[in-house]
Amino acid sequence: MSNFWLEFEKPVVELETRISELREFTSGSNIEVDEELKRLEKKADRMRHDIYTKLTRWQRVQLARHPRRPYTLNYIGWMCEEFTELHGDRAFADDPAIVAGLARIGGKPLAIVGHQKGRNTKENIHRNFGMPHPEGYRKALRIFELADRFRLPILTFVDTPGAYPGVGAEERGQSEAIARNLREMANLAVPLVTVIIGEGGSGGALALAVSDRVYMLENSVYSVISPEGCAGILWKDRAKAPEAAEVLKLTASDSLEQGVIDGLIDEPVGGAHRNPEMAAAAIRLQVEAAFEELGNLDPETLLQKRLEKFLNIGVYQE
Amino acid sequence: MSWFRRQNNRPKKPTESRDLPDGVWTKCENCSEILYFKELERNLHVCPKCGNHFRIRSHKYVEILTDPGTFQETNANVVSKDPLKFKDSKKYTDRVKDAVKKTGMNEAIVTGTARLDELPVVLGVMDFAFIGGSMASAVGEKIARSLKLCLERKEPMILVSASGGARMMEGILSLMQMAKTSVLLARLRNERIPYISILTHPTTGGVTASFASLGDVILAEPGALIGFAGPRVIKETVAQELPEGFQRSEFLMKHGFLDRITPRSELKQTVGNILRVFHDGVNASSHAGIAFRPRTSVPLSEHDPVPLSDHDSFGASEGGNGSMPILELPDPDGSTTT
Repeated sequence: MSNFWLEFEKPVVELETRISELREFTSGSNIEVDEELKRLEKKADRMRHDIYTKLTRWQRVQLARHPRRPYTLNYIGWMCEEFTELHGDRAFADDPAIVAGLARIGGKPLAIVGHQKGRNTKENIHRNFGMPHPEGYRKALRIFELADRFRLPILTFVDTPGAYPGVGAEERGQSEAIARNLREMANLAVPLVTVIIGEGGSGGALALAVSDRVYMLENSVYSVISPEGCAGILWKDRAKAPEAAEVLKLTASDSLEQGVIDGLIDEPVGGAHRNPEMAAAAIRLQVEAAFEELGNLDPETLLQKRLEKFLNIGVYQE
Repeated sequence: MSWFRRQNNRPKKPTESRDLPDGVWTKCENCSEILYFKELERNLHVCPKCGNHFRIRSHKYVEILTDPGTFQETNANVVSKDPLKFKDSKKYTDRVKDAVKKTGMNEAIVTGTARLDELPVVLGVMDFAFIGGSMASAVGEKIARSLKLCLERKEPMILVSASGGARMMEGILSLMQMAKTSVLLARLRNERIPYISILTHPTTGGVTASFASLGDVILAEPGALIGFAGPRVIKETVAQELPEGFQRSEFLMKHGFLDRITPRSELKQTVGNILRVFHDGVNASSHAGIAFRPRTSVPLSEHDPVPLSDHDSFGASEGGNGSMPILELPDPDGSTTT
C-alpha cells in the first residue's frame, strides 16, 4: 500500500522523487545544480497545477478511495489530545467498521463517531472495508445518546462505500438501524458536525450525517449509489464507472452546489494523503469554528434549524 | 436503487399484467391457477387459491383503505425536476414523461386526506408502476408536506410503501429525502401522533432504510419482498445461495422487524382498530384534567384542503412529560389551525 500511487499521480511523484534525490545527492558537495533544481521545481509546480486543477469526477473518486488516504482514526490522532474509544451496541456485537468514543479537541470535550477503513488486507477484513452492519449504526446511536445526555457536541467522520449488503445485516435489520439513526439524530439537543473525509456511500453514510453542519473534504464524494453500481444498472457494465461518476455529480463541489452540504474543506495539493497533518489541521479549524457558532444556539433553536435545513433539501416544481 | 436492475434483468416477466391485469382470465404467478379476472378483482387481487397478493396500483389502496368518497388528494402538482440533467439511454425528463403517461400519475406517490373507518387520517400511497416507486425530491416533498399536515391537525399518518429505493437520476438529492422524511417523523413521534407504515411488494433500498421502517406499527402484506439491499446485490457480495424465503415478509416477521403480516382484505380493519386504541388512550389521558390542545402550527401550502375535523385528533397533551420542542414556524396568516 505504501508504494501505491494512482496513474495520474505517478508523473508528479516521480518528479518530486527526482528533485529530492538530486537535493540529497548534492548537499554537502560543491556541485552547482541550483539552476537545474529551480527548473525542476518549476516543472513540478506546473505539473501539479495541470493535474490537480483539472481533476475529473472519477479521479476524485479515486482520490477519495486512495489506499494512502487518512482515515477516521488518523484524523482523531492528529486532531485530539485525548480519545477514549468506546465499544459495542449493548445488543449484539461491536462493529469495527465504526469507531466511537469520547475525546478532547483544544481542551474541549466532545464525542466522535466515524466509519473506519483498514489500511491493509488484514485490517480491512477486520474493519469490513468500512462497511458497517446494523450493530455499527446502533453503537453510533448509543454514543450519540450518551453525548446528548452529558451535553457533549458530536463530531462524525463519514468514510464508507456503504452499509454492508449481507445476509446477517438484513437479518439484524440494516434498514431499521439506518432509519432509526436518521430519525433520532433529529432529536439530539447538542451540536452535530459531520466531515465527509473519503467516501460518502449512500444510506450508510447518511446514517451518520443528519447534522447541523456537514462539510466535505475537497476530494471526497457523496453519492446515492456507487459509480460501479450505477454503471451496472445503466449500461450493464461496471467498468463504465468513470462515466457514471460524471452523471451522478458526486463531488464535494457538486454537493455544495446542490445545497446538500454546508461547506468544502480544502486539501493539500495532491490530496489529503500528500500532507495528512495539514489536512487534519484544516478540518480542525473548520470543526472548531462550527462548534463555536452552534454552541451559541439554545437547544430548541438548534433542533429547529436542523429540521428546517433538511426540510429545505430537494429540487421539484409545482 | 435496485428497481431498475430488477426490471431490466427480468425482461420476460410480464410486470404489466401483474400491475394491471385486464384480460378476462389471468394466471397466478405463484400457483399458476387460471383465475377469472372479475373474481380476482372482487378478492382485492389476491389469488383465492394460494393467497398470492398481486401487485396493485396506488388508487386501489386508496379505495381499500379509505371510507368511500372521503379521499381528497393533496399536492398533486408537486412534480419532479431534473437537477442533474441526467441522461443514460434516455433523458430523465423523458422517463418521467413516459411514467406519467403510463400511470396517469404525476409522481411515484399519491397523498391526501381521508377517513379510515371514520377516523380522519393523512394517507400516502407509493406506486411501483411509476419508475419503480423510486423516491425523488418530489416524493420526499409530498411525504414531508403530509407529515406537516399530520402535525398541524394532530391526525395520524398512514404510508403504504412500494419502492425500489432512492431515484438514482436525482443523485444525492434523492438520498437526502431519507433524512427529510425521517426528521419530521421524529416530530410526530414526540407529539404522540401515530404513524402506521404498511409495506407492500417490493419495498427496498432508501425507502426501507427511512420512513418505511419507522412506523409506530409496521404491517406488511404476505410474501412482500422487503429489504435494504436487493437480493441480487447481496448474492453478488456474499457469493452464496440466499436462505429460503430471504427478505420476504415472513422472514422479517420472524426476525422481529414487523408487527403483523396482514392480508390485504384485513388492512383497513387492522389499521382502524390500532388507531382507535391509540386515540382512546391519548384522549383518556387528556380527560384527566388536562386540556387536549395542539401546540403546533406549521405553514402549509395553499393547496392543502381545510381540516376535516377538529376533534378526532392525536397528539401530546399540554404539559406532557418532557417531549421535545415542537415545530414552531410562524403561521402564514397568523391564525392557529386546529
